[in-house]
Amino acid sequence: MNGLFAQNAYLLISLLKVAVVVLVLLTGIAYLTWFERKVVAHMQSRWGPERVGPYGLMQPLADGVKFLFKEDPTPAGADRFVYFLAPFLSLSLALCTIALIPFGPGEISIFGRSTSLSIAEINISLLIVFAFTSLSVYGVALAGWASNSKYPLLGSLRSSAQMLSYELGLTMSVVGIVLLSGTFSLRTIVLAQQGTVLGVLPRWNVFSPIMPQVIGFLCFFIAALAETNRVPFDLPEAETELVAGFHTEYASFKFAMFFMAEYAAMVTVSAVASVLFFGGWLSPFPENPAFHFTYYLPAALAAVGGVLLIVNGLRYRSKVGRVVVPVLGLILLLLAATCALPGVNPVIQGPFWLLSKIFFFLFVYVWIRGTLPRFRYDQLMAFGWKVLLPVSLANVVVTSLLILLREKR
Amino acid sequence: MSAETVLFIVFAGIAVMAAVNLIWQRHPIHSALSLIVVMVSLAALYLLLGAELLAAVQIIVYAGAIMVLFVFVIMLLNAGEEERTEVSHAAKFLGVPLAVALTGLLAWRMWAFAPAAAASAVTDQNQTKMLSRLLFTDFTFPFEMTSILILIAILGAVVLAKREQ
Repeated sequence: MNGLFAQNAYLLISLLKVAVVVLVLLTGIAYLTWFERKVVAHMQSRWGPERVGPYGLMQPLADGVKFLFKEDPTPAGADRFVYFLAPFLSLSLALCTIALIPFGPGEISIFGRSTSLSIAEINISLLIVFAFTSLSVYGVALAGWASNSKYPLLGSLRSSAQMLSYELGLTMSVVGIVLLSGTFSLRTIVLAQQGTVLGVLPRWNVFSPIMPQVIGFLCFFIAALAETNRVPFDLPEAETELVAGFHTEYASFKFAMFFMAEYAAMVTVSAVASVLFFGGWLSPFPENPAFHFTYYLPAALAAVGGVLLIVNGLRYRSKVGRVVVPVLGLILLLLAATCALPGVNPVIQGPFWLLSKIFFFLFVYVWIRGTLPRFRYDQLMAFGWKVLLPVSLANVVVTSLLILLREKR
Repeated sequence: MSAETVLFIVFAGIAVMAAVNLIWQRHPIHSALSLIVVMVSLAALYLLLGAELLAAVQIIVYAGAIMVLFVFVIMLLNAGEEERTEVSHAAKFLGVPLAVALTGLLAWRMWAFAPAAAASAVTDQNQTKMLSRLLFTDFTFPFEMTSILILIAILGAVVLAKREQ
C-alpha cells in the first residue's frame, strides 16, 4: 500500500484536491440559490425561503431531493442523444474552469508531500479558461435544438448569437492584463499584482499605476454577465417571451444540471474576475508588520457570526430552530478558534481573501438581478458590437501605448 | 508502452473515428458535432507534442468560434437529414481506386518524414513569445495577407447580405 501511494502520489493528491474543490463548489452552488432567493426577496420586501429548516437553510436540500425524484420525460421527436448530451456538456464545462484558479500562494503539505493550492498549474491557464468558456455555448445551443420545440429553439438561437458577440468583448477586455503582466499564467498574473500604489492602494490591476484597468474590468464584467446568461442579458431564457427558453423541455435532474451549470459559471467568472483584476488571493492591506493584525480577520468574522447565530438562535420561533441555530453558531466559534491557531492562520489567508472577493462579486450578480430589467434583443446586439467591443479595443490600444512609453523612458 | 503513446493512440483513434462518423451521419448537426470532436482531439494531440498554445488556440478558434457559427447556421436554416442516392458508376470505378492511391501516397510520404518531424518538436518553454516573434518577423507578409483575405471575405458577405433588400 505504501509503495503504491509513493508511485501514484501526484495522482492521488490531485484526486483529493479535485474532490475537495468539487464538494465545496457544489455545496456553494446549492447555497448560492438560497442566498440569491434571500437577497432578492429582501430587496423586494419579502421574506424568501423560510419554511424548510431555520431561516430556510434546508431549502437547497429539499430542492435537490425534489429534482432527483421528479419524472424525467423526453419530448416527442427530440434528438435523444443530443438531448441527453446537452446538460452534461453544460455542467462539466462549467465545473472544469475552477481547476485553473490558484487559491493561494506557496505550497501546503498533504501526507508529507508539498503541493500548490490549485488543481492544475498550466503556463497558459488564462487561455484554457477562455477555451472552456467558448465551448460552453454548445450546451445551451444543442439543448434548444434537440428539444424539437419552438421556444427552446428560439432561446438557443438567441444565446448562440449573444455568446459569440460578447466573447469578443470578454477576450479583448483581458488583453490589457496580459500586456501588464506579460504572461498567460493566472498564478503569475496574481504575483505581478503584489505591492502598493502610493503606499495606500493595493497594486491590483484595477489600480495599476501604468494604466488602471477600470475600463477593462467594466467590459469584462458586462461581457461575463452576458456569457453566463444572467440578468440583464438573460434573453435565452426570457420567461415572459419564451416560457423558459432553451431549457423549457427539460425536467428533473437534467434541468437541475442546467441550473447548477449557470451558478457554477457565476462562481468561476467571479473567481477569474478577482484573479485578473483584484489581486486574487492577495490581501487588500499592505504587507508590513503594522497590518499583521488583519491576519486575525477571518477568525474575528467567524466569531462574530457565531455569537450572532447563538444570540438570535436562542430566541428562534420554532423548537427545532432553537437547537439547530445555536449549534451552527458553536460550529462557527470552533472554526474561528481553528482559524486563529498559529499553524493554520497564515495558510488560510490566501483562500480567505479570494473567497471574500468571489462572494462580493456573487452579491453584485444578485444585486444586478434585483435591480435591472432585461435588454431588448436589438439593444443587446448594438451594445455588444458598437459599445463593448470598441471600448475594450481602445483600452488595449491605450494600455499598450502607455507600456511602450514607459519602456522607452 | 509509455503513457504518451497510449494517450496518442486514444486521441488519434477518437479523431479518426469522429472524422469517419462526420461523413457517415445523415443529419448536419450530428456531422458538425463529430467535427467538434475531431478538433478537440486534435488539440489533445497538440498538447501531447508540447504545443500548449496551439492546442488552446485550436479549441478557442475552431471549436469555440467557427463551429459555433456552423451549428448556428444549421439551426437557423433548419437543415433536415440528407437524402442519399445510389453511388454513380464513375465514383465506384474511378473514385475508390483514386482514394486508395491518394491515401497510400500520403501514408508513404509521412512515413518517410516522421523521424524528421519528431526531431523538430517544439521544446521552448515560452512558446507564446516565440510564436508571436515568428509571426511578426519572418512571416509578417503571409500573416498580413491572411488578414486581408479574411477582410475580403467579410466584405463579400456584407455585399451578399445587402443585395437581398
